[in-house]
Amino acid sequence: MITLIPYFSFGQNIDDLLNAETKVGRTYETAAFKTSRVINGHSVEQMSANHLDLRIEHRFGELNGGLYNLYGLDQASMHFSLEYGIKDWLMAGIGRTNINKTYDGFAKVKLFRQTSDNSIPVFLSYMGSTEMFTSHWTDPTRVNKFSSRLTFVNQLLIARKFNENLTLQLSPTLIHKNLTPTELDANDLFALGFSGRIKVSNHVSLSAEYFYDFRSNRSTINYHNAASVAVNIETGGHVFQLMFTNCLAMTEGGFIWGDSNGDWTNGGVHFGFNISRVFSFDKKRNY
Amino acid sequence: MTMKKNLLLILAIVLSTGAFAQKIYFTKTGKIIFDSTTPMENVHAENEQVTSFIKTTDGEINFAALIKSFKFRNALMEEHFNEDYIHSDQYPKAVFKGKILDFSKVDLSKNEPQKVTVEGNLTLHGVTKKVSTTATIHPENDKILAKADFEVTPAEFGIKIPSIVREKIAKTINISADVTYQPYKK
Repeated sequence: MITLIPYFSFGQNIDDLLNAETKVGRTYETAAFKTSRVINGHSVEQMSANHLDLRIEHRFGELNGGLYNLYGLDQASMHFSLEYGIKDWLMAGIGRTNINKTYDGFAKVKLFRQTSDNSIPVFLSYMGSTEMFTSHWTDPTRVNKFSSRLTFVNQLLIARKFNENLTLQLSPTLIHKNLTPTELDANDLFALGFSGRIKVSNHVSLSAEYFYDFRSNRSTINYHNAASVAVNIETGGHVFQLMFTNCLAMTEGGFIWGDSNGDWTNGGVHFGFNISRVFSFDKKRNY
Repeated sequence: MTMKKNLLLILAIVLSTGAFAQKIYFTKTGKIIFDSTTPMENVHAENEQVTSFIKTTDGEINFAALIKSFKFRNALMEEHFNEDYIHSDQYPKAVFKGKILDFSKVDLSKNEPQKVTVEGNLTLHGVTKKVSTTATIHPENDKILAKADFEVTPAEFGIKIPSIVREKIAKTINISADVTYQPYKK
């Protein structure tokens, strides 16, 4: 009896025991994109609980402004926002852009996450936002209602990380504007976004984004779908996105609605950048 | 002595030697901290789900840590660590397999910290390197407490630090392990 106990465990190889105890199980995929935006539009990424993202976004003038406007650098539109992870699956943000002096607020909800064993093959998130422009009415003599200032955006984000380097995303989007530019325009727009990113090195990736607008009745004669390409550079707590885009606006009701979108074929393209800085307020991560 | 008392005595001996005779100790809640502090950025992560075994016949010791269990204060930093530096999808575990060289001089019946030297192979990011460090072993009742500190450089494990963040990440990373072993019962 006394000799039995040591004998029992003596023959065991502790390296085999270690392997048996640390099997890698099913895990959730992470880092489908570098940041919460692919370029202009949302990605399936969002802030973790108690993390704050301070974002500053700039779009310069059109490249075809020529040397006189220093290829657009003389003009700048901007959007800044504070975006917070309330839960790991829920984030909310508020922002403001100088285009029509517009405020925006959004919430993003993570519904599914892709798993390593493909039992869930995609990431799926919902993004809903409201935009309110506060610039003076263009026609003050008209009966102008407050509700006319509002735009509503509903968007599903469906992404698959095919491998470490490639992620593709579809973004079906429904936009409702209470007030359209003219009576010819429908109040509702359905658009489908196609976007993706390719990692070119550990810290640099390329991304592209295109929103196809299915509206048939719009007043804009030379409408151009939103199309953008960007380089994303991640440096620890910062993510920089440098882009060329035909969109001046940085909120969905602006760039997908697209009345001010330029024409890629004649240089109606803006240089721009997004800067994201993430701060952690997670007290549980008390290191 | 009566037969009953004899039996009790034998039982007592069996139970007490049972604790000493245990040859394998283990933990699944060991703690490993890594720290790279520079004036620009504190990169600090903790993993409290480290599995480790120690064999008290010859001082053989091993550790395994799932990379994704390292928790950072900044979740984004954690994501970048996994995705861009240590590639945890490809290399999900860090494993150390080694030996306490002077284990013969450790007295497991002495309830006090005892200095030892540990040497072995650390496998990280698909690269295996020999590491050696001093550690303390502290037997306490039927448990064994162990602590060790050592330094590694990202470069020796093939982990590239791009020039743009080089100021934020220290050249050498401190790794410390703090584990409490319990007798292993299969």
